[in-house]
Amino acid sequence: MINTLIGDVGHASVIVAFVAAIVASYAYFMAARQKTEASGDTSWRNFARGAFYVHGLAVMVVIFALFNIIYEHRYEYYYAWSHSSNHLAVHYMISCFWEGQEGSFLLWIFWHVLLGIALINFGKKNKTWEAPVMATFSFVQLFLTSMILGVVIGNFKLGSSPFILMRDFMADAPVFKMDPNFVPQDGTGLNPLLQNYWMVIHPPTLFLGFAATLVPFAFAIAGLWKEKFTEWVKPALPWSHFAAVTLGIGIMMGAYWAYETLNFGGYWNWDPVENAVYIPWLVLVGAIHTMLAYRRSKQGLAASFILVITSFLLILYATFLTRSGILGNASVHSFTDLGLSGQLFTYMAAFMVLSVALLVYRWKQIPSTEKELSTYSAEFWVFVGSAVLCLAGFQVLVTTSIPVYNSFLGFIGIESNAALPADQIAHYTKFQLWAGVGVAILTGIGQLLWWKKANKNSFKDAITMPLMLTLLFASLVIILSNKFDFLPFKLDNPVYITLFVTSLFAVFANFSIILGLLQKKVSLSGGAVAHIGIALMLIGILFSSGYSNIISVNNSGMLYSREFPDEINRDNVLLWRNTPVQMDKYKVSYRGQFLEVKDVPEYVSKELLFQTADEYTAIARGDIKVKDKVYYKTGDTLEIVSPENTYYEVEYKSDEEQFVLYPRAQVNPNMGLLASPDIKHFVNKDLYTHVSTVPDPNEEKDWGELKEYELSAGDTIILNDYVAVFNGIERINNVPGVSMKNGDVAVQADMKIMGERKNYHAHPVLMIKDQMMGRVPEVIEDLGIRLTFMNIDTQNNKFKIGVNVTQKDYVILKAMEKPFVNILWIGTIIMSVGFVMAIVRRNKEGGTPDAKPAKKATKAQVA
Amino acid sequence: MKKSHIIGIIVIALAIGIIMSTAGDASTYVSFGEAKELAADGSTTKVHVVGRLKKDDKGHIVGMQYDPTIDPNYFAFTLVDTNRMEQRVVYYNPKPQDFERSEQVVITGNMQQDVFVADKILLKCPSKYTEKEVSANTPGTAAKL
Repeated sequence: MINTLIGDVGHASVIVAFVAAIVASYAYFMAARQKTEASGDTSWRNFARGAFYVHGLAVMVVIFALFNIIYEHRYEYYYAWSHSSNHLAVHYMISCFWEGQEGSFLLWIFWHVLLGIALINFGKKNKTWEAPVMATFSFVQLFLTSMILGVVIGNFKLGSSPFILMRDFMADAPVFKMDPNFVPQDGTGLNPLLQNYWMVIHPPTLFLGFAATLVPFAFAIAGLWKEKFTEWVKPALPWSHFAAVTLGIGIMMGAYWAYETLNFGGYWNWDPVENAVYIPWLVLVGAIHTMLAYRRSKQGLAASFILVITSFLLILYATFLTRSGILGNASVHSFTDLGLSGQLFTYMAAFMVLSVALLVYRWKQIPSTEKELSTYSAEFWVFVGSAVLCLAGFQVLVTTSIPVYNSFLGFIGIESNAALPADQIAHYTKFQLWAGVGVAILTGIGQLLWWKKANKNSFKDAITMPLMLTLLFASLVIILSNKFDFLPFKLDNPVYITLFVTSLFAVFANFSIILGLLQKKVSLSGGAVAHIGIALMLIGILFSSGYSNIISVNNSGMLYSREFPDEINRDNVLLWRNTPVQMDKYKVSYRGQFLEVKDVPEYVSKELLFQTADEYTAIARGDIKVKDKVYYKTGDTLEIVSPENTYYEVEYKSDEEQFVLYPRAQVNPNMGLLASPDIKHFVNKDLYTHVSTVPDPNEEKDWGELKEYELSAGDTIILNDYVAVFNGIERINNVPGVSMKNGDVAVQADMKIMGERKNYHAHPVLMIKDQMMGRVPEVIEDLGIRLTFMNIDTQNNKFKIGVNVTQKDYVILKAMEKPFVNILWIGTIIMSVGFVMAIVRRNKEGGTPDAKPAKKATKAQVA
Repeated sequence: MKKSHIIGIIVIALAIGIIMSTAGDASTYVSFGEAKELAADGSTTKVHVVGRLKKDDKGHIVGMQYDPTIDPNYFAFTLVDTNRMEQRVVYYNPKPQDFERSEQVVITGNMQQDVFVADKILLKCPSKYTEKEVSANTPGTAAKL
């Protein structure tokens, strides 16, 4: 049965939300006018507030409707059919919600609603900001809801509705021509790559960050509009911190997901989708610094306006890049193009033109000081720091936009063949590394100056200790890593040494500030904590990326060609099943293919599972036990969690330790066969392993010619170089996957084959079912042997066994070490803690009136 | 001159430097003919080439060489660029999965002697771009290749 009601409710709510956003924008605009404000008339404001609440309510209904469609498996809707499936676990249904463009817009809209309501209610003390700020908010909501409106007027399509029915989406499909009420039985599923817990929390965090950048932007616009050029900074500041920390955490969650799930061997690939969010983050952090400098010394107001507005515009640009399809094949993971590029461009252009025009119009009125900044003032270095952050962002922007230049030139009729740099990592690193060095030095110097009296002597006193510690510690690490072997890297590259030394300096300098503040007021040290986090992240990136070491170097000597033997990295090693290969200090063996079975804590070997026609169910061929606890008995039916994922057991053995990793290969419906790594975490490094190539799991094996043996019980033969003993036959009552009836007979042969590691028992089955002869062969994957019970010669008591052999199973493996990658994650957490401390503090400050003594206020700033 | 002006000038200078350097690092989409000319001029810059796999009359791919049991890091194939020019390409990595299914191949690298040595291969697979199909008998399953 097609349930059109829920979709109609959803679609109607989208329209209500859209109309309410228009009403709210207009009413807030009217409420913010000079005349209305002066008269003390609050009717426009109350009306606008009502409209915004209606908008919020409608958005909630839309979300409920869409989630209901997914949750109830209503496959008559295209969104459910294309993003969900019957087998999907509930927590991944949340991910389906935002897998599509429409759902992710909805998520973004949802956060704006919550933030808007927070602004309406928490700003009670000072109502003057509500109207102008919420006018911008509602105006943004108008554009965002239009993206999911799904209204077609003639040839003009406004937005793409998530509530479209299958029969409308695929009107030409024969199924729907025959039966318009046809409902598919199952959906095509969430991309298995996204079935990962990080994908449940990463998008909401990132979109909360996206949404939060709107708050400082709306305050800045309100400041310009209402000519409150200085007052907006204070309420905007904690929100800027909030936006920066959520965006930062969101980015790092994405990085961790990529590290764990994708196989490019790292956490950051300079993919345009990653860059698109990194750029506004850098600019936003720059904006926070100029705003802080302004709060302390009344300098840098114009810069704050520019950077806050730019960071929001860059968020819009990021949206345009990732959703319009303009990146084409420059990116692996942008959204599918919904034909919204025109609308997205309008959205971006409208805000760019309006905000820049307003800024230019008011530019002359923005107060500025003529006072010269001293080299020993913290503000000077804070501004330099902002400039470094913005330049770093600018560099990424210039390169990431290359596909945009091509499209733009193509649009005006010039053919351009520019492509992204061939070696993107080298290209970005040569700038970003030095930006990192700059940031590290400036956080140290800037913070020391911020907290000390701004003169030469006190600065010298403050910097001596951190500098000495830095030099001491750095030389220690450099000497130890070069002279001895116990560190997983040799720090000898002068560029890397520079980054290492400067980052260490940042850590020590900021640490000395925390120590100093411990005696006074530790709650002020948020900035110092965040800076330590950043410096640790830089160190973590330096070691994990700069000293990433591939250990799976192929030195088998068997090479096709020696055309360019020196420059080519042979980074992949072939592992035959059960044949160990030496890699670095490890003896590495590939042990076989495994699947994930529901309710069993470890992966289960494919050989223990008899696969049925339904790929989600299998029958146990033997007892499935983990650590002596039996989870399933022979013959039990069990559920395969995700049949598209095969795990390859790889054993690492060295003198000190032994462990097993399960890198994964996934048959992905959208992207082909995808490999995901398995990572062994050590304190000082990660060991990262993934398969590069595996024999296609869906392809039938190429079995050799059948060879038949006539055997009596106790005979010994040689099969594929292995010794095999035929023990005899026995009658069995159950054959896995076959229902036996009266009169059906089944016998199984018992063969023992001596493998390298252990003995294998094979039980090929011969049966007579419904007067027909049937055979269930047994495959020993480890040995590449298939045994078939051909026939019984009852007169001579001889048994005919057919044997096919094939190439043994193998994987091609790549393994690398990532030294000290943990420092990156620890740094991320410390940075976030620092940000939160700063939010708490700035928020308290924002609530209190400005009457604080100037001297105290000066002291209480954090860079 | 004020310090802020000096900083401003430095920032602008660096920004120009960034643009220049990006222009220098940016690669280009070329044909094999142009790639050969570049190599003949002694240039070792890496370029992008877009092409299709060489196929015989029956649609089978010809000239693909990959045997992991001999050398897992050697993959060679023949690519036909948009000017219908054929070129032998060598990729010192395992064969990308689903290589055969690709409609279009973008390679990055340069000509070395008479082969094109690719560092990177980007595949455009048809399933990624065409709509999924729906039919009454076979509900779409997650693991259908």
